[in-house]
Amino acid sequence: MAHRAAVLGTGQTKHVAARKDVSIAGLVREAADRALADAGCTWDDIDAVVIGKAPDMFEGVMMPELYLAEALGAVGKPLMRVHTAGSVGGSTAVVATHLVQAGIHERVLTVAFEKQSESNAMWALSIRIPFAQPLVAGAGGYFAPIVRGYIRKSSAPLDTGYKVVLKDRLNALKNPYAHLHQPDITYEQIAESPLLWDPIRYAETCPSSDGAAAMVIGSERAAEASERPVAWIHGTAVRSEPTMGAGRDRVNPHAGRACAKAVYAEAGITDPFRQIDCAEIYVPFSWFEPMWLENLGFAEEGTGWKMVHDGTTALDGDLPINMSGGVLSSNPIGASGMLRFLEAANQVRGTAGDHQVEGARTAMGHAYGGGSQFFAMWVVGAEKR
Amino acid sequence: MRDVAVVAYNQFATRRDETRNEIEMLLPVLKDTLGPLGLTTKDMGFTVSGSSDYLAGQAFAFVSALDAVGPWPPIAESHVEMDGAFALYEAWVRLQHGDIDTALVYAFGKSSPGDLGRVLALQLEPYLVGPLWPDAASLAALQARALIDSGKASEKDLARVVARSRRAAQDNPNAQLKGEVDEAALLDEPLFNDPLRKHDLPTISDGCAVMVLAAGDRARELTDTPVWIRGIDHRVESQHLGSRDVTTSASTRLAGQKAGADVGTIDLAELHAPFSHQELILIDALGLDETRTRINPSGGALASNPMMTAGLVRIGEAAKRLAAGEGNRAVAHATSGPALQQNLVCVLEA
Repeated sequence: MAHRAAVLGTGQTKHVAARKDVSIAGLVREAADRALADAGCTWDDIDAVVIGKAPDMFEGVMMPELYLAEALGAVGKPLMRVHTAGSVGGSTAVVATHLVQAGIHERVLTVAFEKQSESNAMWALSIRIPFAQPLVAGAGGYFAPIVRGYIRKSSAPLDTGYKVVLKDRLNALKNPYAHLHQPDITYEQIAESPLLWDPIRYAETCPSSDGAAAMVIGSERAAEASERPVAWIHGTAVRSEPTMGAGRDRVNPHAGRACAKAVYAEAGITDPFRQIDCAEIYVPFSWFEPMWLENLGFAEEGTGWKMVHDGTTALDGDLPINMSGGVLSSNPIGASGMLRFLEAANQVRGTAGDHQVEGARTAMGHAYGGGSQFFAMWVVGAEKR
Repeated sequence: MRDVAVVAYNQFATRRDETRNEIEMLLPVLKDTLGPLGLTTKDMGFTVSGSSDYLAGQAFAFVSALDAVGPWPPIAESHVEMDGAFALYEAWVRLQHGDIDTALVYAFGKSSPGDLGRVLALQLEPYLVGPLWPDAASLAALQARALIDSGKASEKDLARVVARSRRAAQDNPNAQLKGEVDEAALLDEPLFNDPLRKHDLPTISDGCAVMVLAAGDRARELTDTPVWIRGIDHRVESQHLGSRDVTTSASTRLAGQKAGADVGTIDLAELHAPFSHQELILIDALGLDETRTRINPSGGALASNPMMTAGLVRIGEAAKRLAAGEGNRAVAHATSGPALQQNLVCVLEA
């Protein structure tokens, strides 16, 4: 039987297009220092460090955790580096949680980052031959046909994506750490922004950010000794499926459904819509909100878009989604998944600030990566389970 | 801690300039490992791998390698941008939870398509050190020079390590460099990176390795010769050579103590020492007695050093020998980073 684990503290940087004032080490240290302060602990309290980021080519440093060992306070301690594509921020938090749940450590610092200003992420994500056919430019080129598939299958109104963006960017105004703060954003601006990859418009895409996220994950004993509110980790799950395969459903991936099923089972969730108060889900392109609502079992297949149009997913709706502004407002790729997990934890700790959902007791964090094939999720709660 | 054992292990016979890609190397090794157990990927509770995008020269290189595993229906899977030995550590942690009984661990890497010395320079601090492009062998040579100057070892000791490695590798079909060599003749070779000669450097190797772990009774069901992981720990040091004593390995010593390598008899040790002098540093850090412990019976990394894989290979080689009755207790070690920056120690028992 696994031991209990809880989030003791969280920290993140202000996400921006280019953090020219700090090195990579300075960036991760900023988030880590804030997480330690929030958890009320010092570097000496940390037993191990687990760091995650997306491809090393984004910064041009191979296995940068080696160079970051000192900045992460890891000297003399175990240091692990996770890389599972876009889901990495989530799966990194899961690895850190497992170390505590296995009874190996009392407090683990987990950090995820990306300093995308060091390179051009779009071309770094354009996989070349012999790895793939040179048909797509960037993630948007890969995902646009999948979005078209969703629209065809669900008959969703074509402005569903615009409404998702408008909600998330308005939520971001309540989050001081969000990259995009667009107080004057309107539906019309989104609808009139340039079409990049049909049907995805420029305003419907995530930014490219420099940023880091960090959490201190502790044992039951450490959580009970903490003077700060904690988020109990009720369940974690990861699932992967192949890039290519005749049986794959890229719109509603099997691995996403399997991952949700596993995390709900561990967290004792039988009716996610009723039992989960709010969720931070990985939406890099607007249309992924309704798609993931269905994949996660919050909505019946083909109906997720209705929850966007009727305001269910708004900050004051029945199931607020991406209260922080989500990936559409901040996207340091390697950290984006951890930010979802972190925001979910802050909601149940009651420390989410202006984008706090009143009375949030159970929340979900979700991350995905690759060609909609890697998934990491957790469910956290205000109460011990 | 829950008892976890190595129940199956295989590796690709490493070579330089292998024409097969990572998936093509992995597929037959996976089949040879899972097949005899009567298992498939679907039966694994958890799958985890270790590799590096920079060796493949491509972002997300591990994604296509996963296709070799055939993760369908979807599987619980993770990946570390580290040597496969650290993937094994993640699997061991996961098995401690008690809800799954088996895990698949694999690692792969092709060093020969690029200039490995320059590729590894990209691991260094990127603002002040990396731009000078110090290659891995030059950094190791600084360490070797410090070791010799400290009086802890001589060039003759290095030659002894190389000769023993080549001799031991004669029985290892997966090794690249093997044979009887004369220690004195080795010292007649020209210096490559003073005080290192070419034979003090690791091979350039392409390869992969696959391992199956199982817990408790499940391990006993799967094999008559489970090899139990009795302790495993890893530690990292500062990367800066100037801020640590490179003539010793504090992280190896600490990890060894945490893993229990410092007590009891060790029949054999597989040490991931890419450079000859590092084997001497590791023997010292782990407190091994060469008269009682067989060091690197496989020939070690001097005979075959597939990047991202060689650490897992050490654990596999040690397990294989214990399963074959060559001893009761072994220590296996993996390293990463310049001049033994990060080290993992695993204690195994038959």
